[in-house]
Amino acid sequence: MNFDFSDEQKQMRDEARKFLAEKCPPKAVRTVLDGNASYDKDLWQGLAEMGFLGVAIPEEFGGAGAGHLELCVIAEEMGRALAPVPFSSTVYLAAEAILIAGSAAQKKKWLPAIASGSAIGTLALFEGKGNPSPEAIKLAAAGGTLNGVKKPVPDGAIADFAIVAARTGSTGRDSDISLFLVDMKAGGVEAKALTSLDPSRGQAELTFKNCKAEPLGAAGEGWSVLSQVLDRAAVLMAFEQVGGADRALEMGRDYALDRIAFGRPIGSFQAVKHMLADMYVSATLARSNCYYGAWALSTNASELPEAAAAARISATQAFQHCAKNNIQVHGGMGFTWEFDCHMYYRRANATALGLGSLSYWEDALIDRMRKRNAA
Amino acid sequence: MNFDDTPQEAAFRAEAKAWIAANAPKQYEEELRKSSLGRTQLKGANILEVAKVWQKKKADSGWACLHWPKEYGGRGASPIERVIWQQEEGPFGKLSGMFIIGHGMCGPTMMAFAGEDQKRKYLPPLASGEKIWCQLFSEPAGGSDVAGLRTRAEKKGDDWIINGQKIWTSGAHYSDYGILLTRTDPNVAKHKGLTMFFLDMKSPGVEVKPIKQANGASDFNEVYFTDVRIPDSQRLGAVNDGWNVSLTTLMNERMSIGAGVSTGFPELFEFCNGLMLDDGPAIEDRNVRSKLANWAVKASGLKYTSMRAISALSKGERPGPENSIGKLVAGSMIQDVAAYALDLQGAAGVLSGPEDAEATGKFQAMLLRAPGTRVEGGTDEIMRNIIAERVLGLPGDIRVDKDVPFNKIPTKGRG
Repeated sequence: MNFDFSDEQKQMRDEARKFLAEKCPPKAVRTVLDGNASYDKDLWQGLAEMGFLGVAIPEEFGGAGAGHLELCVIAEEMGRALAPVPFSSTVYLAAEAILIAGSAAQKKKWLPAIASGSAIGTLALFEGKGNPSPEAIKLAAAGGTLNGVKKPVPDGAIADFAIVAARTGSTGRDSDISLFLVDMKAGGVEAKALTSLDPSRGQAELTFKNCKAEPLGAAGEGWSVLSQVLDRAAVLMAFEQVGGADRALEMGRDYALDRIAFGRPIGSFQAVKHMLADMYVSATLARSNCYYGAWALSTNASELPEAAAAARISATQAFQHCAKNNIQVHGGMGFTWEFDCHMYYRRANATALGLGSLSYWEDALIDRMRKRNAA
Repeated sequence: MNFDDTPQEAAFRAEAKAWIAANAPKQYEEELRKSSLGRTQLKGANILEVAKVWQKKKADSGWACLHWPKEYGGRGASPIERVIWQQEEGPFGKLSGMFIIGHGMCGPTMMAFAGEDQKRKYLPPLASGEKIWCQLFSEPAGGSDVAGLRTRAEKKGDDWIINGQKIWTSGAHYSDYGILLTRTDPNVAKHKGLTMFFLDMKSPGVEVKPIKQANGASDFNEVYFTDVRIPDSQRLGAVNDGWNVSLTTLMNERMSIGAGVSTGFPELFEFCNGLMLDDGPAIEDRNVRSKLANWAVKASGLKYTSMRAISALSKGERPGPENSIGKLVAGSMIQDVAAYALDLQGAAGVLSGPEDAEATGKFQAMLLRAPGTRVEGGTDEIMRNIIAERVLGLPGDIRVDKDVPFNKIPTKGRG
């Protein structure tokens, strides 16, 4: 058994961490957070040059062709650094959807553009409240044009193209849903940036009015593709969350060692020590669930749906837990704008929602476990 | 990243599997499989006898105490081979409960500190289960604070005379030998005046009194020592160096990974999957699903954490203090899981008899045993301290008695 990343993968992690420490310090995150930029363009280009955007994209489409384990490693570092770039929407959602369902021409057009950093993509799935479900998709597709509204769409205001989930039937079955690819520059779609919990990552409302769109994958197979995309993204996002959780824990630990109160470092008080130990526990459980998800993702195992849900739930809980208690360890300082704690708290709570909320994945996990038990 | 054995590991696994298939007491397999925390019983059989027969059979064929050297009754196997054995032994491993302390802690301490003749005399029958050992550390005044113990050992000629009391001693009532931590110098700081011995539990002056536990069982004991004589040749380590000797014992506890900790989750999932509530199947209830999902990811998180540790073992690395996580998470989880299973049964959850209770009273038994898990082998609080101090590098607790002679340390809180 080797239930760990390889030395080469660990080396890639070190490289990514070093790169992000230099190019993406908290100050860079703040530039986007404070509204001075919609995303960090220099960082985005730097990530492209390092080969990180196309790490799981095959070489024939301009990627590094390394694989999904390598992408997991990079994802963790992106989460750790709170990278204010459209990485998850472009790489986990849009690129994966094209890899799964795209035509040869679509792959040839968009995947190299993603790998080189020249195209930002997103997935337009949600229409207001609620979790992913075929019933919630009302946006209509007819005669190759889309009409309707999507929100929230991650990075929707800066995207060059969007994968759009649309209704193409009225049978009440999953097969009513199809996917479309929309070139955002081609007209027919209007993007409006929305205020969100975590301004270091943009959210938008997209309004489609007789918008020309090309099908992505076969008609009626949209929901099946979406399920696969969401499972894959769940594992990758879980690595981001674990990266964030680990960093929040580290920040809390460091502060507890440095800050003196009642004549002692506050980290010597059991109440504080034990809070940090519990943060370590939740981050460790999440990391282990993520490793299982990474294995399932990289081998495309039949266990992937269950592993993805477990990784997602565990990592969501861990990041939220570590981010909130990091503020608690910091006391009043933790609640200031000046300290970085709130950036992790924002990201933890925003990423908890982006692929469907915790309750959605809890349901999914139990359904999948029942299915396995029945089999 | 893969779950595959190396060729050597696969060969070892196949050998173990074949031997277990041919030799294990299959007639108890189902009962052992179904037994959960708080309930390892074999109908119509004495579990101690069944366990001893199984252990002896293992020892005779070279499957006992795998990681021990051959000359002391082991197999000289690698840590990863030990883990593979535990995985293959499966439910039959539950028969090893009464040997765990002897094999995991007393044996390694003897190996590190006893004389060669003693090792050859005492270790093989310990490995084969013919003799059972216990560990006499905890006292009424020294549980988590082990070094606070008061049992005295005074030198008289070539012997030591022991007086005092131990408590929470697992299995003392059926143990043949024990390792014993005593105070030999009360005039120095508490860690500096301790000495370790081993002794025959049938020695004159040793009195074992089983303690009735909160769950009604009696696995633990009080042990009283009245003028018990131990020859100096049965001292382990130097006089007043007992604290270091005991650390060796406790460090060895950590090597026990791989068999998987009990969380109660598989039992709860199975129970919910079959349970009907007033308004439909429990498994379709929103609250039930949320609770189950939360525990499911803890259980899987522990499972894959131990797989990561096994991977490290496989590469020749040693498990570190991060493995304290298993008992810490599982202990309170099993308590909560059991309480929730009872809650789902409504008023009838109060019934614990095997005839009247759902799932033959498994969860009621689990609920009443679980508090012990959170205390034995280090409380949740001690586990958190270990993680905070040894993994995260936070400062140790302040110990106001650290440099105070033991006999000057206050013994009462109020007044």
